[in-house]
Amino acid sequence: MVGLAGWGGAQGDPVTAAAAPRDAARRRMADRVMTGLTAASTLVALVPLASVLLYVVVQGAGALNWDFFTQLPKPVGESGGGLANAIVGSLTLIALASCVGVPIGILGGLYLAELGDGPLGWWIRFTTDVLNGVPSIVVGVFVYTLMVVPMKRFSALAGGVALGIIMIPLVMRTTEELVRLVPASLREASLALGIPWWITAMRVALRTAAVGILTGVMLAVARIGGETAPLLFTAFNNQYWQTRLDQPIASLTVQLYNYAIAPYDDWHRQAWAAALVLMAMTLTLNMTARLVGGRRTGARP
Amino acid sequence: MLRSLNAGGRGGAFVPPAALVRRHRAWTDAAFRAALTAVALLVIVLVASMLVQLVIAAMPAIRRFGAAFLWTRRWDPVHDVFGAVTFAYGTVASSLLALLLAVPVSLGAAVYLAELAPPAVSTVLSFVIELLASIPSVILGLWGIFVMAPWLRRVVEPGLAAVFGWLPLFSGPAYGIGLLAGGMILAIMLLPIISSVSREVIRAVPQSQREAAYALGATRWEMIRRAVLPYGRTGLIGAVILGLGRALGETLAVTMVIGNRPQVSASLFQPAYTIAAALANEFSEASTDMYVSALIELATVLFVISLLVNAVARWLVWRVGAAPRGTL
Repeated sequence: MVGLAGWGGAQGDPVTAAAAPRDAARRRMADRVMTGLTAASTLVALVPLASVLLYVVVQGAGALNWDFFTQLPKPVGESGGGLANAIVGSLTLIALASCVGVPIGILGGLYLAELGDGPLGWWIRFTTDVLNGVPSIVVGVFVYTLMVVPMKRFSALAGGVALGIIMIPLVMRTTEELVRLVPASLREASLALGIPWWITAMRVALRTAAVGILTGVMLAVARIGGETAPLLFTAFNNQYWQTRLDQPIASLTVQLYNYAIAPYDDWHRQAWAAALVLMAMTLTLNMTARLVGGRRTGARP
Repeated sequence: MLRSLNAGGRGGAFVPPAALVRRHRAWTDAAFRAALTAVALLVIVLVASMLVQLVIAAMPAIRRFGAAFLWTRRWDPVHDVFGAVTFAYGTVASSLLALLLAVPVSLGAAVYLAELAPPAVSTVLSFVIELLASIPSVILGLWGIFVMAPWLRRVVEPGLAAVFGWLPLFSGPAYGIGLLAGGMILAIMLLPIISSVSREVIRAVPQSQREAAYALGATRWEMIRRAVLPYGRTGLIGAVILGLGRALGETLAVTMVIGNRPQVSASLFQPAYTIAAALANEFSEASTDMYVSALIELATVLFVISLLVNAVARWLVWRVGAAPRGTL
């Protein structure tokens, strides 16, 4: 990546002497105005973020209590209750999704990094990016036709598969990038010791990139943990505890959605509480992954 | 990079596992290669089967309504008459409105963060703006219902009506919930995407372009406008189209604030309905097979549009070689 240092100091105005003074003043003014405008757009971009964070924290903190984590949802009219089953449900769905998305994503990414330089690799890379762009609700419809219709019921399994499909491209592209960063000399050293290529790929290339891949998986988990659309008609929802994976299961996001669009104040409070829990989870995962993994913005190889 | 070097360079990591070497046969490599290829091919199979599966499930509706589905306005589950126009309109109108609001702000922010801000400010603010991208859609929707929509109803819409009320675009009662709210919530979701991709595109512009502009006596802004932005134009357009792709398929936040009434109205204050919102609301309650099939046909339409939009965007961004990590 091109460094930004180096030209910052060279911004003196070499033109002033040559051009008419009035023109130079006008151009300097344009420069300042545009600098101000772009800085202002950055501020404008930050306003909604600040507002969302503020409201979720303030409203959520007011509504959050111990019951939220330990109780089942109460029917309309009864106040109190919690979303314990939805929290466990969300964790279950994330675990199921990881069973689908992580192995396929990592092995697929390893393929792209190790063998993906030909035309087939190009097509797989392209399709992966396309899959990443498929609206998550369409993934939900697809899994509905694939699993819910044949099984004749909504199920945690279907929800997990839907989220897993969304995870695949995220994990795959991270894995590819990070395995590609492993220096060739490491691979060559391993091969020179007579270690077969496949063990080199798994134990040297993949293992060296493991920390980075883990942060990529965390980011993917943060993303699917906040997904609602693909769950609406796969995992559906549930007001009770559910331990069977072939039955509908509750999730924080779907429950939040249902509470938010319902006309009851008590449910709105629960929705804000759910939002706070969900956001704390998402932001923690994101910040940990980005800070620990060094995957800060712009920190490209 | 450094980390991986260190990890690999730690002494003693590569004692050759003698047993493995001895037992090694060429077929293990071949088998592993085949296995990896099979897993990777799964992605192509997945996307292809998505298309096939959706089209098959939509077949009853496709047979019944034919191409007329795309220009029929009526959406009448009771009489099993289905047309996509109102939803397609809502999807396109809300996405374009979102682009209109988000593009100037995100490009401005990208220019500021990539070229003008002090490095420390740039690092921190880029990180913070990207956090916005990680906020789940449903939380933005919640905020949209209880914070943004009332603000639109009380402040923005009466204000717009007072000044531009003579335009059909800004006429009618202020509901708060409606096309304007949908476009605005989408714009908020697009901001971090468009600005981070644009930032990467701008950073990928070669240093020589900047130096050349300075050498010709350009001010900093003239350098950006005459050298950096034209050079990165393809990638910037790609960033915007990538945002469009996201906007078209975004579901929850839009569903929660757009009003969900299948109609085509000239006014931005009126409720509308998008394809994704129709799926979210009606799919699990669809009572007849034809109803389900029509909804799946809507999903297929959305799928195909987003495939095309994404393919174009990626091609454009790839061409300038600035595909940023994580954001795509």
